[in-house]
Amino acid sequence: MNAELDYLLKRATRGVMSRREFVGRASALGVSAAMANTMLASAARAQEPVKGGVLRAGVAGGESTNSLDPALAASDVPFMINRTWGETLVDVDANGAVEMRVAEEVSSNADATEWKFKIRAGVEYHGGGTVTAEDVVATLKRHTDEKSQSGALGIVQGISEMSFEGDMVTLKLAAGNADLPFLMADYHLVIQPGGGVANPADGNGTGAYKVVSNEPGVRAVFERFANYWDSSRGHADSVEVLSINDNTARTAAIQSGQVHLISRVDPKIVELLKGNTDIAIERAAGPGHYVFIMHCDKAPFDNNDLRMALKMAVNRQEMVDKILGGFGSPGNDFPINSAYPMFDSSIPQREYDAAAAAEFYKKSGHDGSPIVLQVAPGAFPGAVDAANLFAASANAAGIPLQIKLEPDDGYWSNVWNVAPFCASYWGGRPVQDQMYTTAYLSTADWNDTKFKDAKFDELLVAARGELDVAKRTAMYSEMANILRDTGGLICPMFNDWVEGRRAEVGGWVADPQGTLMNGTALSKCWLTA
Amino acid sequence: MHPILKLVVQRIALGLALLLAVSLVIFLGTEALPGDTAQAILGQSATPEALANLREKLGLNLPAHERYLNWLWAALHGDLGVALTNGVDIAQSIGQRLGNTLFLASCAAVISVPLAIGLGLVAARYNGRWPDKLISGITLTTISLPEFVAAYFVIYLLTQVFPLFQPVAMVFPGMGFWEKLQAVALPVIVLVMVVLAHMMRMTRAAILNVMQSAYIETAELKGLSPMQVIWRHALPNSIAPILSVVILNLAYLVVGVVVVEVVFSYNALGQYLVDHVTKRDLPVVQAVGLIFAGVYIALNILADVISIVANPRLRHPK
Repeated sequence: MNAELDYLLKRATRGVMSRREFVGRASALGVSAAMANTMLASAARAQEPVKGGVLRAGVAGGESTNSLDPALAASDVPFMINRTWGETLVDVDANGAVEMRVAEEVSSNADATEWKFKIRAGVEYHGGGTVTAEDVVATLKRHTDEKSQSGALGIVQGISEMSFEGDMVTLKLAAGNADLPFLMADYHLVIQPGGGVANPADGNGTGAYKVVSNEPGVRAVFERFANYWDSSRGHADSVEVLSINDNTARTAAIQSGQVHLISRVDPKIVELLKGNTDIAIERAAGPGHYVFIMHCDKAPFDNNDLRMALKMAVNRQEMVDKILGGFGSPGNDFPINSAYPMFDSSIPQREYDAAAAAEFYKKSGHDGSPIVLQVAPGAFPGAVDAANLFAASANAAGIPLQIKLEPDDGYWSNVWNVAPFCASYWGGRPVQDQMYTTAYLSTADWNDTKFKDAKFDELLVAARGELDVAKRTAMYSEMANILRDTGGLICPMFNDWVEGRRAEVGGWVADPQGTLMNGTALSKCWLTA
Repeated sequence: MHPILKLVVQRIALGLALLLAVSLVIFLGTEALPGDTAQAILGQSATPEALANLREKLGLNLPAHERYLNWLWAALHGDLGVALTNGVDIAQSIGQRLGNTLFLASCAAVISVPLAIGLGLVAARYNGRWPDKLISGITLTTISLPEFVAAYFVIYLLTQVFPLFQPVAMVFPGMGFWEKLQAVALPVIVLVMVVLAHMMRMTRAAILNVMQSAYIETAELKGLSPMQVIWRHALPNSIAPILSVVILNLAYLVVGVVVVEVVFSYNALGQYLVDHVTKRDLPVVQAVGLIFAGVYIALNILADVISIVANPRLRHPK
């Protein structure tokens, strides 16, 4: 094979060059398209995991106040670190299905009120000993204790009774929940010896890598755990998580090869990085979304015609193009997209329609006084620009939308959930039930649109206990439509995960569930060179 | 008692009183921040019970003066306590990070101080001619750049265009000396750019000031070369103002470089302090604030003493 073809093939298998581009370039060298495709397929098969090396990730969102206690994790760096040394009962895989980890089987009774998890035998802790059903129950109990300050408190509160017998853990729920396994995949619920009650922050878990050193907000160093149970993970000899909060430094670090993977690539510089043959830009359409939220119980937003007028006055595609640099998709005024199981893709996409917006506005009988949207730069990346685009398109429809700029400091306590109309974001949840329960149920603490609809609540509870997928999908579709047409949520866009990978990193899979392959990139990827 | 010794003792006593005042100001400052520690740690998901539990655990329900005195008493006994946010021992974390801060500051100082004074001498020697204009132009340009812009420029130039160094400047225990030097090269370059002009301009101005004196004319008439005149006769008599500016810049290198730390992800005290201020972690803020204040006060005392010792008129007051 000639050298240039060989070079192209390498680039294509590493994902730096697209298949189409490879076939085109290969045909310029006199290779038929069919031949080129065959070559590519056999080269891809040769992409077997390679053992060894030091794999480093530069991750944004770490502070020197971080801890190894999984209950306290809130930002991306502790998330990534905990996912590398610890494991949960189950994971949600890249396709949105439940993947067995510490548990090897899960089953429930007919009305989803009682769940049984069979604990995998021979899963070892780094510090010695194997996982027992008792550890699992102790772990869950710790997270239900208010004193643990766990971020998963709201998730485990629905469990009314926990017990174990042999290798079987039984969880009884106050009300049926067909999504319980998804909830057990929450990244706070890392299984620890004795539930982590004695030493919550000792970093002793069952993951593919064990902690060698950890300097909060700076770096965590891991080495491969020799007795790890799953041979499909843990390829590099050691891995490191570097906390690099500055965008420019993080980008420069991957360009210079100091790290192999980075989180949060700024969409504005993606075009500039495309010329770099050493780096591939990876994207995954996740459940995270940027929103403008109206309080349905406060004037003037208590008028659904006015809410509809504002919803029709957003130019969604423009925001995706300009705010996300194309790395995202338009939202449809309900918080669910194709990243969720049982998403109804047949609901029509809402488009910018100045005439319809003007009509709704007229119908609402609003007195013409300014409608104030409060926004801070930190509400979401590009929030102020997005608010300006919104104001421009709304003003074009004759709606007197005005922007009030707020400071970042104190935004989440003084403006969000307080002001009647402001900008915000949601990171999304693995399942629809959890997203709706967190923020759209009448009684939810974080009901930041003050949306109260009896029919919606009823459907939500019914869907939770419904094990028939077709019926459940129909219920979620109906809820989505209620929210879309009467809710206080304006959801202009879903943001993709945009991340950087050096070409020598193999094993990357786009995973919409979380940053850097839902925190498993260091455990699943390998270095080819 | 020798008047200089007396002066030093006086200054140190004054410095300690100042430190105490600073600790009170820091305490009142953190008290004045909106929201309390428990709320800042637990975040939006906090329930009233969890907040109450945590407040009790952290001793936040005691009156403010009692908390301050408790802290002061422990601190005087060398116990800085543990961070409220993650329970890590403060003295231990600070020890390592203070070492990193001092390492970066000394590397920058070792390069910038001789360079600034040397350039100042050259600029004074060629006053008003092209070397003077060139030196002033370049150093004024680098000081006029905001630190983060200078940092990005250096990252671009020395990691992308000429890939000589690494953009992330973290240092860890167990790294060799050369490895550490290599790691901090970029932040050192930026800091040198930032502090150079101030010291250089002061050296130049102080020397030019002295050059007006009659004894310099005598030295010139003796037939000494211009550089000899500056070195033997002008510099010793302008050392006091130069040193005080040098020391101010050294203090800045220790306490004022948080922006540079952030850009290069350098794990030193500034970043550590900022992280804990956002979480209202009072014991850490107190401890780091005191260290910064201590460094500043100590270096200022040093500057005072040196300028008095260097000046015969101050040394022998009538």
